[in-house]
Amino acid sequence: MTIFDELRRYDGFDFPGFLAGVTDAHVARALQKERLTPQDYLALLSPAAARHLEPMAQKARDLTIRHFGRAMVLFTPLYLANHCTNQCVYCGFNTKNRIERRKLTLEEVEAEALAIAATGLKHILILTGEDRKQTPPAYMADCIRVLKRYFTSIAIEVYPLTQEEYALLIEAGADGMTMFQEVYDETVYAELHPKGPKRDYRFRLEAPDRAGRAGMRQLNIGALLGLNSWRTEAFFTGLHADWLQRAYPDAEVAVSPPRMRPHAGGFPPREIVSDAELVQYILAFRLFMPRGGVTLSTRERPGLRDNLLGLGVTRMSAGVCTQVGGRASGQHATGQFEISDPRSVDEMAQALYQRGYQPVYKDWQYL
Amino acid sequence: MADQLVIGGVALESRLFLGSGKYSSNAIIPAIVEASGAQVITVAVRRVDPGAGSENILSHIPRSCRLMPNTSGARNAQEAVRIARLARAAGCGDWIKIEVISDNRHLLPDNQETIEATRILAAEGFIVLPYMSPDLMAAKRMAEAGAAAVMPLGAPIGTNRGFRTRELVAIMIDELDVPVIVDAGIGKPSEACECMELGAAAVLANTAIATAADPVGMARAFAQAVAAGRAAWLAGPGAVSEQARASSPLTGFLHE
Ligand code: SF4
Repeated sequence: MTIFDELRRYDGFDFPGFLAGVTDAHVARALQKERLTPQDYLALLSPAAARHLEPMAQKARDLTIRHFGRAMVLFTPLYLANHCTNQCVYCGFNTKNRIERRKLTLEEVEAEALAIAATGLKHILILTGEDRKQTPPAYMADCIRVLKRYFTSIAIEVYPLTQEEYALLIEAGADGMTMFQEVYDETVYAELHPKGPKRDYRFRLEAPDRAGRAGMRQLNIGALLGLNSWRTEAFFTGLHADWLQRAYPDAEVAVSPPRMRPHAGGFPPREIVSDAELVQYILAFRLFMPRGGVTLSTRERPGLRDNLLGLGVTRMSAGVCTQVGGRASGQHATGQFEISDPRSVDEMAQALYQRGYQPVYKDWQYL
Repeated sequence: MADQLVIGGVALESRLFLGSGKYSSNAIIPAIVEASGAQVITVAVRRVDPGAGSENILSHIPRSCRLMPNTSGARNAQEAVRIARLARAAGCGDWIKIEVISDNRHLLPDNQETIEATRILAAEGFIVLPYMSPDLMAAKRMAEAGAAAVMPLGAPIGTNRGFRTRELVAIMIDELDVPVIVDAGIGKPSEACECMELGAAAVLANTAIATAADPVGMARAFAQAVAAGRAAWLAGPGAVSEQARASSPLTGFLHE
């Protein structure tokens, strides 16, 4: 059985009916519990639960501090390439967008690595678009081998790979993977991915599973909020995370709750997810999976990020640049999306200290 | 004679061990160490970055404190062994707290893999302190494999739920020749005191102190509680036997 079969069990489930039927009493019961069922989690994502944000926040903060401490792991993304063969309607790297396409040479990777290493960070996330010809797994492996000299943890956010390909990258030195399913609703997924290999819903959905089987240490997943009803997407993301944690108990499982940002494609979000709704999602997830990681990107603005950090977030990106080669070469190519929090690693660290949190630059040692 | 805990040939006056991973800033560690009087502090090797300047946790640990690097993040014996060797190479000394966790949902230790890592590292001359689920047979095997002490959990890590494993740890204390140090789950000074009254050799506290509103004050409270529990345990056996002698046995008539 895979997550695909697990999600099938909810085919035909009346989500609007369930969400509308949630009462204050159900929310209160879920808040009392130590272990939440999927139904409890869904109840906490309901409109009724929005009236209970404060008690949810108190409990979520308490759980997060007990399990993760007053500490925030920092990392930064490094875009290796922006070549892409897909036409995701919401993305700036969409193959039909006329932007300058680049891919870093190994020398450029090293130059970027030096610039990032100078900030003190030891965790890095490498990204590419989806183009197997331009950026094959072997190219990624080469990049990872260069980066290994500077970083103790290297995660990948690339197109879905086979189990053997994940094993190859682990062998090269990768220890984490991020895969955004974008949308769990299969019909909506088909509409938003009109052309290209990304149309294969199931191959993408099962990618974290293949990575887990290959021995990947960290599995990070997420839905892109704004593409569909956030409540059901958040529910499926949580179910997926829970499923992965059960299937791969020795992996660290985390979710990301990114909201859509402006980009070169200009596709407007179908649903605007408010700050309060984003908070509700993070809190509900924390109560559902007390030990699950929550990664927050610089898509969110500084003030909001600072306020969110006490509510369940365990990892944040900092010193972000979404342009290929943007750090070392000073290039101003179009990024994948616009970031909202341009703070440097130092500035982020100071903000964390001010709120009583310790910035953690290194939380894994490559073995 | 002073009441000392000897581990790996090192005599310790304080029976409170500290964790270091959950503070709001590494800079608070010296004050915690001072208030607690602790002489042993555990540090996750995964967090150690000697090149990190002021962000390097090691630079905040007072010299009076003995480092007990831990293998947090290890999923099996081999990884724990590699992390231990890295710690030694980085100048963290010979003590190593083995943590092998292959269950990220509850963070329960894997005793089987821990026994294996203990065997390998003790043979390499490490002073090995394994973190474990309280199980007498597993603890015996760890001791046979060369563990300098065993560290059963009081409750799952980070739960602050207190001394939930009391019955099992009591048996371990009775049966084992190596010191038994209660590690994880202790949420309040009174619970640390209870561990010590029962005869534990020491208590390790992390979350309870780090997440307190006043961590320095809580560190001091833990120190007092651990000392009180120890004093009670030392006083306990004498008081019990005295009482037994003073009362007339109920079955004494049988011997008349
Ligand atoms: S989201 Fe990814 S796959 Fe889709 S167009 Fe952008 S880079 Fe390509």
